[in-house]
Amino acid sequence: MKPLLKGLALGTALLSAQPTFAADRELLNTSYDIARELFAAYNEEFAEHWQEKTGETLEVKQSHAGSSRQAQAIIQGLKADVATFNQVTDIDILHSRGDLIPENWAERLPNNSSPYYSTMAFLVRKDNPKNIQNWDDLVREDVALVMPNPKTSGNGRYTYLAALGYAQDEFGDDQEKIDQFLADFLGQVRVFDSGGRGATTTFIERGIGDALLTFESEVLNIADRYEDGEYLVITPEVSFLAEFPVTWIDDYIEQNGTEELAKEYLTHLYAEDSQRLLAGFNYRIHNETVKQETSDRFRELKLKSVDEIAGGWEKAMAEHFASGGKLDQLQRRR
Amino acid sequence: MDTGHRRVGDQPWVRRTLIGIALLVAMFMLVIPVVVIFAEAFSAGWSTFAGNVTDEYTVHAIGLTLFVAALTVPLNLVFGTALAWSVTRFRFPGRKLLITLIDIPFAVSPVIAGLLYLLLYGRNGWLGGWLASHDVQLMFSWPGIVMVTVFVTCPFVARELIPLMQQQGSEEEEAGVVLGASGWRIFRKITLPNIKWALIYGVVLTNARAVGEFGAVSVVSGNVRGETNTLPLHVELLYQDYNVVGAFASASLLAAIAMLTLVVKAFVEWRQSRPIVSTPEKEVS
Repeated sequence: MKPLLKGLALGTALLSAQPTFAADRELLNTSYDIARELFAAYNEEFAEHWQEKTGETLEVKQSHAGSSRQAQAIIQGLKADVATFNQVTDIDILHSRGDLIPENWAERLPNNSSPYYSTMAFLVRKDNPKNIQNWDDLVREDVALVMPNPKTSGNGRYTYLAALGYAQDEFGDDQEKIDQFLADFLGQVRVFDSGGRGATTTFIERGIGDALLTFESEVLNIADRYEDGEYLVITPEVSFLAEFPVTWIDDYIEQNGTEELAKEYLTHLYAEDSQRLLAGFNYRIHNETVKQETSDRFRELKLKSVDEIAGGWEKAMAEHFASGGKLDQLQRRR
Repeated sequence: MDTGHRRVGDQPWVRRTLIGIALLVAMFMLVIPVVVIFAEAFSAGWSTFAGNVTDEYTVHAIGLTLFVAALTVPLNLVFGTALAWSVTRFRFPGRKLLITLIDIPFAVSPVIAGLLYLLLYGRNGWLGGWLASHDVQLMFSWPGIVMVTVFVTCPFVARELIPLMQQQGSEEEEAGVVLGASGWRIFRKITLPNIKWALIYGVVLTNARAVGEFGAVSVVSGNVRGETNTLPLHVELLYQDYNVVGAFASASLLAAIAMLTLVVKAFVEWRQSRPIVSTPEKEVS
């Protein structure tokens, strides 16, 4: 039994010997799965800012997973101080099912509590062999698409709504034409992956499809990572306003005694330097100065919100994405 | 010699084909993937590997994983031994049921196990509200991780011991009782030496599973880096971040633990089989 005791001692020693340079304050940020590098950079910047302001050292802990799962964890007792998500609906349920934040959470910070945003764009292969420029190129018979499943991912829902927004502009009140366009569009999808990262893997690693449909930030990141021209980013004229909402979690910051800190952490996301940092991760931002600086990377588009396209998230979910909803009907059509 | 007397496997080509298929499958399903783990881990050179392994969060994940195993293994060692002892040395109503119940963690998917604990001990769970009001945090912190790991690994020790103790019977212990030994002494001097190797084997399996458990832990962990992230969760997280080399570096640590386990397991199996072969006179008649 001796090795066992040794193991126990070793484990305890290892755990207590963690490099926990004792920071004065701690903050827990729960975030979506692909935001790690972004917040790793921001946390460093913010810790400096906080120390300048208060003299206290700060350690920000991060938790990353799908944002719906994170919302569930918070409701079940993960005592996060702030949530930085990529879906408005996932913050809404912190109010509706968890009763942890007030209903008007989105009004507490500028721009619907969304310090940065993105839109849906296309990634195509070298030299764009299928000449894909806009949404109407995606319904062509010879084009194969890869996108996350709208049933299981916010990312996929955004792309679906973006296509719907385009069709509304194109066909006006002609519901039949809009439906046909969406049915044709869905018919060209070769692979519906369960999430954004899976879709990227399918397109890049498995080499399936002519266009990958996902966040503009994601396709810009991919294009940056490969040689010039290996992949091209296409941003259509009309697309979806994908908000990245943030909130502090009232019940928990009260328990953790982090009210002032949590609020400053989120408010500071709107500061010019932070906005520049966010733009560096290929997100679109609100600050006018930074907007000017990055205008060649982010061209002006017509971005439609979920309210314009489908009359709000609640309605969109019930009408389009619920079981037997529009999405199911359109997919059965072909 | 007519074909009627031949068994199916007698023809040499049957044998060769079967051995060939087995080797081929083993090659592609087992050997190559393990080689790939290490090849990928070291693909960017030794210093990158070292950098990845000594990364602050990786070190914490290693520490947490060992800590969880260090708590889980003794708990299940005691629990498994007590359970095996009780069902093989005593007759009581519900004994068969107890033997069946011990298999529940094998039958249930680990993710379900995690969810069950969450629905029971989470903030909105049956006991969670009461716990929260007394400021006890089990889920999304290390106690929760230990709880689900104990659940998932609790059959291993008992499952190893029960068949052996059944086979050995209780004559030796009864002799001890007749000679007036105390219960503890009987356990220490008779039972423990008899089950020693099976016990170690059970511990090795428990440890391997405790270190590698993903599903159940993933549900109750909360994925807080540097706090509740175990090594298997850390591998997935790094992979999601496109840090493939880092993911494989962490994975290679898990693979190394697994291989160490196999060596210990092989050694224990060898020790287990030896006394029966070399000293048959010591066997209970």
